[in-house]
Amino acid sequence: MSAPILSATDLRRHFEVKSGLFGGTNTVRALDGASFELVPGRTLAVVGESGCGKSTLANLVTMIDTPTSGTFTIDGQDIQPGDELKDKVLRAKVQIVFQNPYGSLNPRQTIGKILMEPLLLNRPEISAEERERRAREMVELVGLRPEHFNRYPHMFSGGQRQRIAVARALMLEPEILVLDEPVSALDLSIQSQVLNLLTDLQDKFNLAYLFISHDLSVVRHFADDVIVMYLGKPVEQGAKDEVFENPRHPYTKALLSATPMADPARRQERIKLEGELPSPLNVPVGCAFNPRCWKATEECRNKRPDMSDGSHRFACFHPENGDN
Amino acid sequence: MSEATANLPQPPSPLREFWSYFRENRGAVIGMYVFMVFFIVALIAPLIAPYTPHEQFRDHLLQPPFWQEGGSTEFLLGTDPLGRDMLSRLLHGARFSFFIGVIVVSIASFFGVIIGVISGFAPKWMDTLIMRLMDIILSFPSLLLALVLVAILGPSLINAMIAIALVLQPHFVRLTRAAVISERTKDYVTAAKVAGAGRLRTMFVTVLPNCLAPIIVQAALSFSTAILDAAALGFLGMGAQPPTPEWGTMLAEAREFILRAWWVVTLPGICILVSVLAINLMGDGLRDALDPKLKRS
Repeated sequence: MSAPILSATDLRRHFEVKSGLFGGTNTVRALDGASFELVPGRTLAVVGESGCGKSTLANLVTMIDTPTSGTFTIDGQDIQPGDELKDKVLRAKVQIVFQNPYGSLNPRQTIGKILMEPLLLNRPEISAEERERRAREMVELVGLRPEHFNRYPHMFSGGQRQRIAVARALMLEPEILVLDEPVSALDLSIQSQVLNLLTDLQDKFNLAYLFISHDLSVVRHFADDVIVMYLGKPVEQGAKDEVFENPRHPYTKALLSATPMADPARRQERIKLEGELPSPLNVPVGCAFNPRCWKATEECRNKRPDMSDGSHRFACFHPENGDN
Repeated sequence: MSEATANLPQPPSPLREFWSYFRENRGAVIGMYVFMVFFIVALIAPLIAPYTPHEQFRDHLLQPPFWQEGGSTEFLLGTDPLGRDMLSRLLHGARFSFFIGVIVVSIASFFGVIIGVISGFAPKWMDTLIMRLMDIILSFPSLLLALVLVAILGPSLINAMIAIALVLQPHFVRLTRAAVISERTKDYVTAAKVAGAGRLRTMFVTVLPNCLAPIIVQAALSFSTAILDAAALGFLGMGAQPPTPEWGTMLAEAREFILRAWWVVTLPGICILVSVLAINLMGDGLRDALDPKLKRS
């Protein structure tokens, strides 16, 4: 395992929400303390229900949004909270692929223009011919045909558009690629094509992926490491195999039991969670998961469990599979 | 590479696609042809007009059109109270109307679009300020406001055009702002920012082209409003001044002869009616063709 390209410590992003005309402001803790590392050639998956802060995390890492507190370093360079990202070198290192391929491509630009724009803006020293040559190369690299170069986005299917979005993200030769649910808007058969493409590209360019998803079967297939999030806080993180084979946090276990298995012989017990996901405006005291947890005790309702140490970390007082 | 791609079927250009939608609306196509005739007439008026618009024929005062008794083919559409040839004046009038339309729409849309884009991207207080200002302008009856402005600036064709542009411009601001706000939260705008696009580039290169469809329609419809308002101001003596052969001014000049000589009033009126109707029809067709909700691809 090589040295991490990005390491984040205790990232937080809070939003102030005004409630009514005379009400005070409330704080939404969209992301409340996430620490992780991205390593070249490896994929870190972030999973969780909607509203748990996955996309906020993606926005922070891509520097679209700035963290309220916490720091992260890219390639040894610190990014301070409140820093507007002006540095072109740094920006080029992190690129993003969005969830919805129908909204992420400018309908007025041809594929060629879309691909050449990042180069035009960040590497003005590259000549126009060289720009076009690189863009055409990228078109072929992501599995599109050369004649697609001059077409408009509306002439493509969802899977092809997502390939274009990946191509655009790769034009600046980034080292980190944030994939914000890149396949959840696609058909199942297309999903695997795009995932295979992403795997190939990762091998080729030694990219670090931050893969955001709510689809556990995709994560199982694709990720190297996993973070499970609940209401803005990571509850369990570690290597994929360990987390999937030996989940320690009750929430992870419940989440895993909800994944459909293509194996009728294997009966598994489905854990049904009681109640609704609490509003992020009003996170329960203690462990955020306590109102829905079947193991919750007085301790869970009063104290917030800390992350444990080690490679497979979890935040729970009563972990699954033996107390330690 | 180029040889390999040259033989492949090219996708239909946006222009051709637009035309195939536009063509389905017969009224719009007719409107467009009328508009084109109008444009050509305005362009070559001095060449096709039999006389200059100011030349007076004292022996032929208020002569009727040629098909009426007392008319002659010398003056096809008759003469006005000062003996000027109606046909020549009407042809030259097309020039003024077209000129008014182009200038007014250019000014109104240029400033309206810029203010609208700024308003769509601005912080909330500035957005509110701009929009309330536009609401104030919109709350006046447009012709009344134009009249007041002309009264302040002094009656002339240029001032009338400035006044009309000012009155029409809030429509562009509102329209642009609404379109910008709905576009700017889309992922491709974020993607452009991640790719390194600055604020100005995001505003005018990324977002604005995607907001153009409603603005083009508004521009086409404003064209007719501008002609109509300019004619109204001319009729009230606040626009083009005599002897300018502007259609509204011609109407005003000939008002007292309406019972004796129908042609001096009817003909400029018909010109205004036909040009405005044609442009409105064309504008409606444009809207249908450019509206993404009606597209089938």
